[in-house]
Amino acid sequence: MSYEQPDARGHFGPYGGRFVAETLMGPLADLERAYAQARIDPVFQAELAADFRDYVGRPSPLYLAERLTADAGGARIYLKREDLNHTGAHKVNNTIGQALLAKRMGKKRLIAETGAGQHGVATATVAARLGLACVVYMGAEDIARQAPNVRRMRLLGAEVVSVTLGSRTLKDAMNEAMRDWATTVDETFYVIGTVSGPHPYPAMVRDFQAVIGEEARRQFLEREGRLPEALVACVGGGSNAMGLFYAFLGDPGVDLYGVEAAGKGLASGLHAAPLTAASGRGVLHGARSYLMFDADGQIRDTHSISAGLDYPGVGPEHAWLKDIGRARYVAVDDKMALAAFHRLTRLEGILPALESSHALAYAHDLAARLGREAALIVNLSGRGDKDVESVAAYEEAQTCRA
Amino acid sequence: MSRIKGVFAALKGQRAALIPFIAGGDPGLTATVPVMHALVRAGADLIEVGMPFSDPMADGPAIQRAHQRALAAGATTRAVIDQVAAFRHDDSRTPVILMGYVNPVETMGYEAFAHACQAAGVDGVILVDMPPEEAAEWRDCAARAGIDTIFLLSPTTPAERLASISAASTGFLYYVALKGVTGASHLNVADVAARLAVVRALSAWPVGVGFGIRDPHSAAEVGRFADAVIVGSAIVERMAAKKTMNEMLADVEGFVRDLRAALPAHASRMSP
Ligand SMILES: Cc1ncc(COP(=O)(O)O)c(C=O)c1O
Repeated sequence: MSYEQPDARGHFGPYGGRFVAETLMGPLADLERAYAQARIDPVFQAELAADFRDYVGRPSPLYLAERLTADAGGARIYLKREDLNHTGAHKVNNTIGQALLAKRMGKKRLIAETGAGQHGVATATVAARLGLACVVYMGAEDIARQAPNVRRMRLLGAEVVSVTLGSRTLKDAMNEAMRDWATTVDETFYVIGTVSGPHPYPAMVRDFQAVIGEEARRQFLEREGRLPEALVACVGGGSNAMGLFYAFLGDPGVDLYGVEAAGKGLASGLHAAPLTAASGRGVLHGARSYLMFDADGQIRDTHSISAGLDYPGVGPEHAWLKDIGRARYVAVDDKMALAAFHRLTRLEGILPALESSHALAYAHDLAARLGREAALIVNLSGRGDKDVESVAAYEEAQTCRA
Repeated sequence: MSRIKGVFAALKGQRAALIPFIAGGDPGLTATVPVMHALVRAGADLIEVGMPFSDPMADGPAIQRAHQRALAAGATTRAVIDQVAAFRHDDSRTPVILMGYVNPVETMGYEAFAHACQAAGVDGVILVDMPPEEAAEWRDCAARAGIDTIFLLSPTTPAERLASISAASTGFLYYVALKGVTGASHLNVADVAARLAVVRALSAWPVGVGFGIRDPHSAAEVGRFADAVIVGSAIVERMAAKKTMNEMLADVEGFVRDLRAALPAHASRMSP
């Protein structure tokens, strides 16, 4: 399969593009130019590779979860251990790449939006290392449910700004980061944390995250001498999923599953599953994609137990992969994700992030369906230390209600 | 001649046009028509009405809150267009421009939206997050309905884009006077004047200037060289501060009258 996306203007079929206020058009063109140069510059690529190895700890292991496999009673379940990266999630692959680019462009200040706080921590981390100022926008609701990450960001020297307007989650944090960027474009580099936003972000973030799938493909081939039947990854904006999928897009025998957050159930409307619920196509945060909105085009509030998936949109490349049928999108609700969280912790001694737990929940069922001859890879996109308190609080609330 | 063309033609060589902005449906739907008439009484030459959006990324806190109030009061894109139609019962002269974000317009459909605007007597539309590069289909629909498509220029617009933005625009050009969002106050008038000279060399459209104009003083300064002065957040903030409808109408009318009185006569400039 030949797959060359996006086109020169950042379109993945009808999706993507650059829907921003005029003030950001010039800076986005500058970024596009700088990235196009860096991408083919061996010096930049060598710097990135060295940082991946020595600072992030790459390659991350591909781990065969034997007890989890036995529990599911089917396909062998491998975990791509992005949780073992420095800072505890895949997010750092991207922030290292963007920060190196910021340095090349002479920017003095990084800004970021964050939901779970993992992208905020990863941005604050690279800012500390490069001596750059850092401001992270975070919805007030997420600040409350991801408190450990807020403390980490502050320790790293970042300013964490609480966003109190709107739904007070990831989408509002992104609005606020865009407003900051429009005001401070000359000195600021906006580090977007997922494969959404205006061109060139979806392609650039995908490229930085593609190391996940490149490694996993090589590791799996070494281990099994063939390719897996399926890949499974959770989808918030879609960066860990794109990162895992990308190297496998040309392998038609490998099925790709993106797992969205069904929250309290798709029927309840309280979810964050724009692809699965096929809510419609719209424009938010600089790109056209699947999006959750009402009859008047107002963006709908979302719900997920996991802050990192609690977002009404999704990266445009996922919209395209859905439409061309290359990837399938499914959704897992809060309860199933939580069960998967406990299952992995007790069976394998690995505490997964609530985001990744959505992928684990789906993979468990899929493994049983595929049967014992098959194998699949789940992207364990992050570790769950940040979620310990909010899982306890959630379960306490459930018990009280019961 | 379109209403927008007519206004700029009539004011040419005299003074800048005054364009106040209000958020449609703020604080409630019934406020919009009376406020629009008050703006005209105070001397507004054109009126810009915001279409509510849940995620107004280019707006500062004052207009964000105005959108939230409007949405909470039940305002929709359609309802705001209906208010313009109601305004047209008593005012067939003052041009009205709708300003908003892409998603609600796409949701209605470009064609349906353009028709609704035409039927209601809307003269032009600004879609903040739709640069000309993404606007081909919308421009076709707008042109067929006789609706002007006004695009934005900013301090970060590279020179090579100015001409193409001008070519995509009809009615006038909107120069965003500062890097930032609505409601900001770090306006540098000398910078704006210098940039406007560059724009005028490349475009024959009248140029309105907005963002950062908050009082009669800044309106007067920008009004010396701009073809139109656009004031938004300062008006929206005053509206939010008043308790009763009558207080609000009187306050807005007084403020806009002061803005208008401050606009200086234009020394006859070489026509662009
Ligand atoms: C561990 C982890 N996984 C997944 C996500 C979701 O983001 P994406 O879909 O871009 O991978 C997040 C976001 O915060 C995260 O922290």
